[in-house]
Amino acid sequence: MSAPGGSATGTQGRVYTVGGQDWDEIVAAADQAEDGSREEHLIVNMGPQHPSTHGVLRLILSLDGETVTELRPVIGYLHTGIEKNMEFRTWTQGVTFCTRMDYLSPLFNETAYCLAVEKLLGITDQVPERASVLRVLMMELNRIASHLMAVGTFGMELGATTVFLYGLREREKVLDLFELISGLRMNHAYVRPGGVSQDLPSGALEKLRDFLAVMPRQLDELRKLLDVNPVYLARTREVAHLDLAGCMALGITGPILRSTGLPWDLRKSQPYCGYETYDFDVATRQTCDAYGRYLIRMDEIDQSLRIIEQCVDRLSATRPATDPVMIGNAKIGWPAQLAVGPDGLGNSADHIAHIMSQSMEALIHHFKLVTEGFRVPAGQVYAAVESPRGELGCHAVSDGGTRPYRVHFRDPSFTNLQSVSAMCEGGMVADVIVAVASIDPVMGGVDR
Amino acid sequence: MTGPQDEDKAALAGRERLTEPVVRTGMFGTHTTGDTSGYGGLKVRQQPPVPSERPYGSYFDEVADALGGALESSGTSFGEAVERVVVAADELTFHVRREHLVQVCGKLRDEPALAFELCLGVSGVHYPSDAGSELHAAYHLLSITHNRRLRVEVSAPDADPHIPSVVEVYPTCDWHERETWDFFGIVFDGHPALTRIEMPDDWKGHPQRKDYPLGGIPVEYRGATVPPPDERRSYA
Amino acid sequence: MGLEEKLPSGILLTSVEKLAGYARKVSVWPATFGLACCAMELMATGGPRHDLARFGMERASNTPRQADLMIVAGRVSQKMAPVLRQIYDQMSEPKWVISMGVCASSGGMFNNYAIVQGVDHIVPVDIYLPGCPPRPEMLLDAIVKLHDKIQNMKLGANRQREITELEQARLSRLPLIPQLRAEVDR
Repeated sequence: MSAPGGSATGTQGRVYTVGGQDWDEIVAAADQAEDGSREEHLIVNMGPQHPSTHGVLRLILSLDGETVTELRPVIGYLHTGIEKNMEFRTWTQGVTFCTRMDYLSPLFNETAYCLAVEKLLGITDQVPERASVLRVLMMELNRIASHLMAVGTFGMELGATTVFLYGLREREKVLDLFELISGLRMNHAYVRPGGVSQDLPSGALEKLRDFLAVMPRQLDELRKLLDVNPVYLARTREVAHLDLAGCMALGITGPILRSTGLPWDLRKSQPYCGYETYDFDVATRQTCDAYGRYLIRMDEIDQSLRIIEQCVDRLSATRPATDPVMIGNAKIGWPAQLAVGPDGLGNSADHIAHIMSQSMEALIHHFKLVTEGFRVPAGQVYAAVESPRGELGCHAVSDGGTRPYRVHFRDPSFTNLQSVSAMCEGGMVADVIVAVASIDPVMGGVDR
Repeated sequence: MTGPQDEDKAALAGRERLTEPVVRTGMFGTHTTGDTSGYGGLKVRQQPPVPSERPYGSYFDEVADALGGALESSGTSFGEAVERVVVAADELTFHVRREHLVQVCGKLRDEPALAFELCLGVSGVHYPSDAGSELHAAYHLLSITHNRRLRVEVSAPDADPHIPSVVEVYPTCDWHERETWDFFGIVFDGHPALTRIEMPDDWKGHPQRKDYPLGGIPVEYRGATVPPPDERRSYA
Repeated sequence: MGLEEKLPSGILLTSVEKLAGYARKVSVWPATFGLACCAMELMATGGPRHDLARFGMERASNTPRQADLMIVAGRVSQKMAPVLRQIYDQMSEPKWVISMGVCASSGGMFNNYAIVQGVDHIVPVDIYLPGCPPRPEMLLDAIVKLHDKIQNMKLGANRQREITELEQARLSRLPLIPQLRAEVDR
């Protein structure tokens, strides 16, 4: 036996002599195993089916006790071939495909794609203003819904299921508004190249105002659960640290980048859809940790409510009868109008009367646009929007035909998920959950 | 007034156009003798790659000059590294030769006048009709300092689908290059671990190439079948 | 061991079936296989407005060993298919499967190389639920239909008889497509 606090290799392997007050030395000696210390490491698979990995993400962890020494994410479990599918559909039908990529923020996918198509067509200035305001309105509503789900699942994964229920309760209000305006709760093919598919129904502005009146108090309730909760702070402060240099190297955008102190938001820096005319702030924190990202998301919900209020004011001021929501160019704008008829929702009788008996040209346009689609001049374009997770870009290549030649989406979750190794290696296993939740990946966007 | 030189130019342009490969034939998706429209014999040829001429406009000239200066200071000329500069739809694209890709990206990131810190990933495109450079990889770069965007495009032939990897310059391209390898078969030389990322590890083929079928099965519904999307009659 | 080994016969069997069916249906624990967009609607069904807890189903067992019902919510890619089968195999009897959404039921709008055209290629499905995504009310309707199915599930000798009858019916059923029907007739 050696002196207290030492170790020796005896017949049964390493023997550690503990003398009291020397735990650090024992741990240090244990770490310096002679044979590379890999045998002590446990390989754990947080498989694709897991309650806390935000979808079908597989994390392979190499654990040394509670410390993660190596982390490898495996993706591809939700690969759908959306980009290739879009090559066999017309440009307008592509909207229904791309909307299902990042399924928590479908309107952002649609808008990025439509901005790219409009850039290729060269009609960005001719998109009606009412359509742009509606796009901004729906996008900000979507940002609120997405952040609520992110915060809700964040709480649920840490074990706080009440946060999940609160978040979902507020999200239902937003989904009600989506259903009222676009017809669907999710995966609405609402934003189309040239504008949006339909105008606000009557009563929508009142419902929006009610929503704006109710939300601040509900958000306060949600914040009360988390903001200064000592358990929550202990689990998210100083956890999942990634500084600015790391973000730049790994191409990270969105709340993670803003949590390092850099106020980079495409809505302010490279505005689209008229964002430069709205009054809002960019939420930033300096702490580079998961708690900072949570606070940024809550702040962004407040800012989105501000923008929605401005949108509602603008929409009330305009007169729907004279303000179209789809581009006037009959060779591009989606022709069908929907209206509520005696047997439900369908093509409006006025539109049918117009194309069948009044205008042959309109009939031809309707037929050609629906079967063949419009032709987009050859070229390639990159259009980006600021989605709740970061920069969502669409690289669209056209060969002059009615179908996309190639559409590639630069999804923010795909890039942001690369940083999970940098955030978690050296930390504890429980922090892996926090890190993944603070990145808020949506696997549909990651795998496409 | 058109003179003899103009006629030569027009004829020359016409002859040049006729040397381009055919990308689409026919109209209305017809391939059989039942086509009476007269458009069945239509041949749409590929547009030749035409470089843009100076001045490019907006900040593009500044970027091109800064890059030229930076490359010159390391002994490469601008024309040697950059094959073609294209300005279209308010976007600047440098078509770079693949041997100089890593050097160009390094300059773009490090030069203070350029400062393209953020790379937004690699996007692969397969042009089977572009003989000799079928596989393209487009890198979208963003400069936060100057609030500018840029696209760098590299091409490689099908016979030799190798492009140097830019992971040392932009580590974010790690997964993006893996994805482009997975879907197009472009081998990125120097990538630390070029493996499949989206498809299962033992998948054969590169799905997003144009010669890979969409897959899919005919859909049966009440006595009829509808063929999968890539085998249907097309009206385009 | 289990219930099936100790079954009585005749009228006692029907009483046991009713009791077992009732017990099984009021505490179905879903092994939520939330994959894609349908998972969002599945979570919304567990939320406060459409409450899955009224059926005793809010306790989603993340381990398949304790789960009764696998709700395949979302598109199943080729890479995910073996995982799906493994989770299904790890569930213990009795188990049921709801394929939620069109992607799980038939491949949906993604008729391509990457998506399995219907999870019934991999696991036996009890209830198909169309929709893209189905509303929470539609999912509740599917669950209620499944509860009916569970309640009326036969045990023991009755089950054997039912299986034989169903098999006979399916074997003699004509296919929908005329060409295949002609082959059968021949």
